[in-house]
This record gives sequence, C-alpha cells and structure tokens, in this order.
Amino acid sequence: MSEETKTPPPPEGGAQPAAPKPAAPAPAAPPKPAAPAKPAGPVPLPWDSPLVAKYKRQFGSGLEAQSYLGQNYFTVDSSLIPNFLLLLRDDEGFDYCVDITAVHYPKREKQFDLVWILYSHGKNERIRVKTQIAETDTPPSSVAIWPTANWLEREVFDMFGIRFEGHPDMKRILLPDGWKGYPLRKDYGIIQQDTEWVQINLGIESGQ
Amino acid sequence: MTDPTTTLSRNPLDLDESRTFLDANELVINMGPQHPATHGVLRVILKLDGEKVLGTECVIGYLHRGVEKIAENRTYTMFNPYVDRMDYVAAVSNALGYCEAVEKLLNVEAPPRARYIRSILTELNRIASHQLWLGTHALDIGAMTPLFYTFRDREEILKIFEKYCGARLTTHAFRIGGCQYETYDGFEKDVLNFLQFVAPKIDEYEELLTTNRIWVERTKNIGVISAKDCIALGVTGPVLRASGVKWDLRKAQPYAAYKDFDFEIPIGQNGDTYDRYIVRMAEMRQSLRIIRQAVDAIPEGPIMAKVPKVIKPAVGEIYHSIEAPKGELGYFIVSDGSTQPYRVRVRPPSFVNLQALDLMVRGALVADVIAVIGTLDIVLGEVDR
Repeated sequence: MSEETKTPPPPEGGAQPAAPKPAAPAPAAPPKPAAPAKPAGPVPLPWDSPLVAKYKRQFGSGLEAQSYLGQNYFTVDSSLIPNFLLLLRDDEGFDYCVDITAVHYPKREKQFDLVWILYSHGKNERIRVKTQIAETDTPPSSVAIWPTANWLEREVFDMFGIRFEGHPDMKRILLPDGWKGYPLRKDYGIIQQDTEWVQINLGIESGQ
Repeated sequence: MTDPTTTLSRNPLDLDESRTFLDANELVINMGPQHPATHGVLRVILKLDGEKVLGTECVIGYLHRGVEKIAENRTYTMFNPYVDRMDYVAAVSNALGYCEAVEKLLNVEAPPRARYIRSILTELNRIASHQLWLGTHALDIGAMTPLFYTFRDREEILKIFEKYCGARLTTHAFRIGGCQYETYDGFEKDVLNFLQFVAPKIDEYEELLTTNRIWVERTKNIGVISAKDCIALGVTGPVLRASGVKWDLRKAQPYAAYKDFDFEIPIGQNGDTYDRYIVRMAEMRQSLRIIRQAVDAIPEGPIMAKVPKVIKPAVGEIYHSIEAPKGELGYFIVSDGSTQPYRVRVRPPSFVNLQALDLMVRGALVADVIAVIGTLDIVLGEVDR
C-alpha cells in the first residue's frame, strides 16, 4: 500500500466539477472529526495463525500475511499464483471463490493488484489473496480451481484488460466486443469515448 | 459429475461456425434481449436439438452503466444513491451493504436503533423482492393469478417505504453511519399491521401453487443443481439453500441487528425449481418472524453514529457482504485516503448466479429455460451494473 499512487482523475467535465464541491467544506470540517480519527487510524497488522506459519515456511519471502480492520489477507508473489490458490482450496477448505477483481495503480511499475476473495464454508472464514502484476503479464486462470472464476475473470479482462492464461473463453462480457479501451483503468477517459460515440452515431459535436 | 474441475470447466457453448443452420440437427436460436421471460434485457443463445437444450450462452451487458467507474468519480456519500439502481427491486439491501461497508472502512458502527430500523426495512424489502419474484416466475410458467396477488400485497410494503423516506423503489433509505430519518409516527403500527395482513396472504399464494399439479409438473426436477456445483460456481442465496446448504450470511457472519433475532434458515433437498420456490416461501415467513422481533425490541436512541461531515477513510481496503434477497452481495472498497473511493467493486449475486444457468438447463427443454431463468431470480440491473 505504501507505493499507492493517488491519481488525480483525468481533468474532464461531467463528474469532475461536482467532486471538488463536497471537498470544499473539508478544511472547515476536519478539525473535530478527523482529529480523533487520525491517531486511531487503523493500520495493517501482521496476521499470525497456524495457516500463515505453514505457508510462510513453504514459500518464504514470496508471501506476506496481514490483517486490516480484522480482515485477513495474503500478499503473494505472482509466481505462486495458481499453486497457492489450489493449496488454499484443497488443503485449507477455501471452497468458495467469492470474487476476483483488480485495482489499477498507474504510477506503479507493476500496475495492477489482482485480488481473490475466498471463503471457506467449513471454517466460516474469509480471506483475500492479493498479487501485483504488470500490464503485460498474463496471470494463470483459476477456472479449473473454481468454475465461478469464468465470468469473474472475463469481467476483469473487460474492465482492466488483464488476460488470463488458460481461460476457456477470454472475451468481453459486459461491454460490446468492439469496445475500445478498458474502462476501469485510471487513465481511461470517459469523455473522449462519449464524444467520439455521439459524433459517429448521432452526428452531433458533443453530448455534453 | 462431482469434481468441479471436470464438471464445470466445460465451456458454455462453442458455437460451431462451420455449420449452417438448417441442414443439421442442431439449431441455434436467440432468446431475448427483448423477451418477456428474461426479466429485463438478458439475451440467451440456445443451441437446440429439437426441443432439447444442448448448450446456452448468456449475452449480458445491455444495462451496463459503469457503476464501479461512477463510484470512482463521486464522493462516498454521493455514490450512496447509485447502489439502489443495481438491484432495483431490493434497493434497501444494496444500500445496507454499501453503507455498512463504508462504515467498516471508517471503523464506525451504526447505533443500535439504526441497526434495528435497517433490519426491519431490509426484511420488508426481502419480502417485496420475493413477492415480485413469485409473481413474475409464476407468470412465466403460465400461472397468471399469483402476479395480481403478489403485486397487490407488495404495494403495502412500498407504502411503508414511501411513508418512511418518500420513495417506493429506489429508496436511498440509509446513510453512512445510520439512517437519515427517524421512523414516522405509527411506523411500528403500520409494520405490525402489515405482518398481520401478509401472513395469510403467503398461505394464499401457497394454496394457489404448492399442490397445483401444473406447477408441480413444471418445477419438480427442473433445473437441478447439486450443492457441490453450487459452491463451485459461487452460487449463493436461496438457490444454494435449496440445494441443501444451510448457509445464510445473516447467521454465518451477522451484520445489522441479525444476531439478536431468532430465525431459521429454510433449506431444500433436491436443488430443483420446486425446492427453490419452497425455500423462498419459507424465507418470507422467517422474515415476518424477524420483523416482529425487531419491532418488539427496537431500542430508543440516536439513529446516526458520529461520522465526519466529509467522509475520508484512511488508506486501506475492506470487503463487506450481506445476504441480499438474491444471495451474497459484497462490496470491496479501496480507499486512498481521499474523499472519493479509489475503487469500488460490487460482488453481485445475480451475476454470479446467472452463470449456473448453463449447467442447470443442459438436457432440459426450451420451456424449462424459462422456468430456470425465473427461479434464479436475477435482476439485470444488478447483473450488468
């Protein structure tokens, strides 16, 4: 999280003018609510458990385990990915893959955080597995581990352009096949897309 | 049929491009997106042999509004009303999940009274959602009467919402940190009256359908899915429970005020369309139980926690999920310490459940596809977001 980049969203119309507005009273408001929140500000704590110790022994420095606000997560090296997930399913009973998603940090060298949210029906426990990948990486698909990953990975591809290696049907899911760009990347311009679309399809200068 | 790696990795339909339509036994037809039984704008490509379904492919995204992108360009508070527009028949549940997720991120907790109000409204919404599901599902299968019954009774819930917050469908009933509105005078009485009113109505729906021969023939052993496949496919909610898995987030990881209430998790055995119907009917009765307990025990006190006027969570990320009427509705929120979320990911139950359609209808008849789409209880606003 330390390398996290705070990207100012691209300066565009639409949503942007609205955003500074609520921020305006910020200087006035924080003194009382923000001040007590700051010292108590939650920080990631190390997460210790037999499960963590076991995998730390096995994978060493490729794996970190932390806990934030009571929620546990592993940060692993991307090379461990299919195997570690498979171990979690088979040995630890994380039989239910709740969600697969990504977060884009454009200023980082490895631009994407890939996140698996897992749940174990047997233990009633929820964990997350995170890894960092570069834009050109093709992480291995986990469809063979959890079939539910099929659509979830397709959505990640659709929105972030991350191709999963070994996915049976890697194509867009929510957007039309001919769509340009990957909308949930931080550098994706909403307004340019919109202007182009109305110019081509409606024959007007701008939809704004 | 049991190992998920082998059962489900089969790809939904490889449309064989080299074959022309009519000189083969296989026929590819297109259902939707504008079709009364697809509950919105769902397009299903069916590969048929006569009337038998060989495979399906869902084409979705017609209602995609980029909710997750919108979130990144709004403040936490401004995004709140948007979540109502995902599963618009259960807007209250969406809002509950989002508000609780942001509260978790802020490390605050809504006061007890707010949590009770939230539970009451969410359960009312669950009943409304199930009523709408029952009416439309029965209509798809050919029973027209239940639609009129359920819509008539659902109206009473919407009236309570309207009196509480002024809106009927996209209610925006909750705020981050609690509720905006105190209950109106006579709220408890209205809710208790509604409970009394609707309990016999649920029996009435059951009278129409449960032993109805046509209904039974159309739903028993249709769209069967095993518990193992459900878990492998990430299916949640009544569909999972009808396959015999006793799992409900209200019990497994209680939120709002659910740990105070005594209720049961209805489950089915066969995982077929009929069992899912029975489970949802039983769930409505359990919701009545929860609401009654909540109204009886609703505590006095504030309805808003101390939340800063400008919501600026510390850098970090959180996942929070609730048991929406359709299944596990989760929010994964990443904060970069600013007033706007860095990333909001919605884990929609309908989207994930819809993925099971292919498995459930293979080998069935075309008419069963209609029944299965109905029984999955999808809302396209949530599938597409």
